[in-house]
Amino acid sequence: MAMTLTGIVFGIAFFVVTQAQTTGFAKFFEETILGTNGAMRISDRFQQVGGVNTVTEGNEQFALQAGEGTDYVEGIDYPNRLRQAIEEYEDVSGISEILEGRLSVDANVRSQVVQAMGIRLKDHLMVSNLADQIVFGSLEDFDADHSGLLLGHRLAERLHLRPGDKVDVVGSSGRTESLRVSAIFETGVSDIDKRRLYLDLATARWLLQQPSGGAVFQIGLKDPSKAPEVAAQMQATIDHRVVSWQEREKVWLDVFSVLRFSSAVTVSTIILLSGLGMFNVFAMMVMEKRRDIAILRSMGFSRGDVSSIFLFQGGIILLSGALLGCLLGALATYGISKIPIRIRGVFSTDHFVVNWDLSHYLWGVGIAVVFMTLATWIPARRAARVEPAKIIREAS
Amino acid sequence: MSEIPSQPPILQAKDLKHSFGEGEARSTVLQEISLELKAGETCSIIGPSGCGKSTLLYLLGLLDKPDSGEIKINQRLVSEASEMERTAIRNELLGFVFQFHFLIRELTALENVSLPLRKAGDSKKDATLRAEKLLVDLDLVDKRHRLANKLSGGEQQRVAIARALATSPAIVLADEPTGNLDARNSNKVFDLLVQSAREEGSSIILVTHNPDLAERADRCLPMLDGRFEE
Repeated sequence: MAMTLTGIVFGIAFFVVTQAQTTGFAKFFEETILGTNGAMRISDRFQQVGGVNTVTEGNEQFALQAGEGTDYVEGIDYPNRLRQAIEEYEDVSGISEILEGRLSVDANVRSQVVQAMGIRLKDHLMVSNLADQIVFGSLEDFDADHSGLLLGHRLAERLHLRPGDKVDVVGSSGRTESLRVSAIFETGVSDIDKRRLYLDLATARWLLQQPSGGAVFQIGLKDPSKAPEVAAQMQATIDHRVVSWQEREKVWLDVFSVLRFSSAVTVSTIILLSGLGMFNVFAMMVMEKRRDIAILRSMGFSRGDVSSIFLFQGGIILLSGALLGCLLGALATYGISKIPIRIRGVFSTDHFVVNWDLSHYLWGVGIAVVFMTLATWIPARRAARVEPAKIIREAS
Repeated sequence: MSEIPSQPPILQAKDLKHSFGEGEARSTVLQEISLELKAGETCSIIGPSGCGKSTLLYLLGLLDKPDSGEIKINQRLVSEASEMERTAIRNELLGFVFQFHFLIRELTALENVSLPLRKAGDSKKDATLRAEKLLVDLDLVDKRHRLANKLSGGEQQRVAIARALATSPAIVLADEPTGNLDARNSNKVFDLLVQSAREEGSSIILVTHNPDLAERADRCLPMLDGRFEE
């Protein structure tokens, strides 16, 4: 019985701990990518294609029959009109117009091609956690004039740049602007931290020679979990491709989901084994207590009374196991959250990330309830079927 | 033995038949047994092993169902009663004393005696008071908090008698209650059983091998091969 109780306690505790970790990392990843790339992104415009196209070559004209369908044209041509349309959606919490392109940063030590993102800071802060991602310098400096730069942490390290340093930023056509590093940010996503640079939208348009159009929208939502529904609804009405963060990060989200499920299944086997142990204990107990059961039945205890005795005992073990398991799970989760671990890549953390969620405890206890109820109910039912006369006759 | 005044029988069994096994292995244990027991009466059934005494007792105690025949308790036909009804009748109207006392070893003497009372719906306090009174009557009050398996054979059987009488049943069914005791303890336990049952107004059906004890009952029914001898 003690082994069974121990199994329940550790089964529930392990379940809670593994779920707290896997969902903790998954949630942290979601917060990171939502805080960096937003809940939705609009980057392409739909264009209906098909029908007969005429091509002129020299003096001759050719008519080409193309298949019907939809093509994607990169960028947004009329951002103000589109912004007005998107602002009508009550789920939208912010819209940031971004001009993306490749620029070269010439620092004293070396130069590097970077992924430049021209933004209006005020708008971008509505759709990202950029303010929280600043590790050196100040956003106020960036906001003060059009010559500020925000550099990814690893990019700044590679170029040996610090806030206040001046660098030449060169566009593909050779246009050059001397800009000042206002701040350095760290998202934790290494691909972003080593390549991304934010600069003012107007400056980006000048350097990239794109005075209008070609931008993308990063959109913030009040409830990011609704992104797929809102994206589908929006896409149907604005003739632009709208990508939710769930679609964009599907691979990673699937990885976390599989990890969470597989750890739940693995740990549930501990509870299952405890259930089998409990079944054995109760089956043996019913065999040993057949005489006592017969006596109780002769005194007027019903079959239900007899089975309830065993169910009650099972319930006590289950309740004790559930309480102790939840307590141990909570303590272990707290302890694990204090373990230092340096992770950089898909997100940035210096300690284990855990997620405190009541549902982990309810699921752990729920699984234990199912297994233990079966493990107790079957022997209890067998106990209730004991025929008193037969047992007493055999015992006399 | 005292004269039993004329009154309607508390227990009536008519043409009870019972057998064990199936097909060729079927063996008839009881053959058209009829019996009546009056309120307050002590009736002993005596006979050799295997003659069907205990089987009859279990049928009368509603622990088993006869193949045919009728059992009435307090004029009510109970032989075909449902499982639930039979269980309730056992608690309300019947008390059992078995040869090996069959106390629950993990419980104290007091708890063993309280069990049927608790099942009958008595509060813990009332059940304890009643159980203590019975244990006082049976000279066991000093050992009421002792676990059942820490009592001697005679003491255990006295606790079993107290348990059988706890709900003041109409009928006490005793199956070889002294079969496991020496002569001195047998007489003592028998006397206590009869005396206590009379005080509670209960009738007794006693199955025994012991002719001396059997003859001390109001009525003695010798049994052989599943029938009462004429």
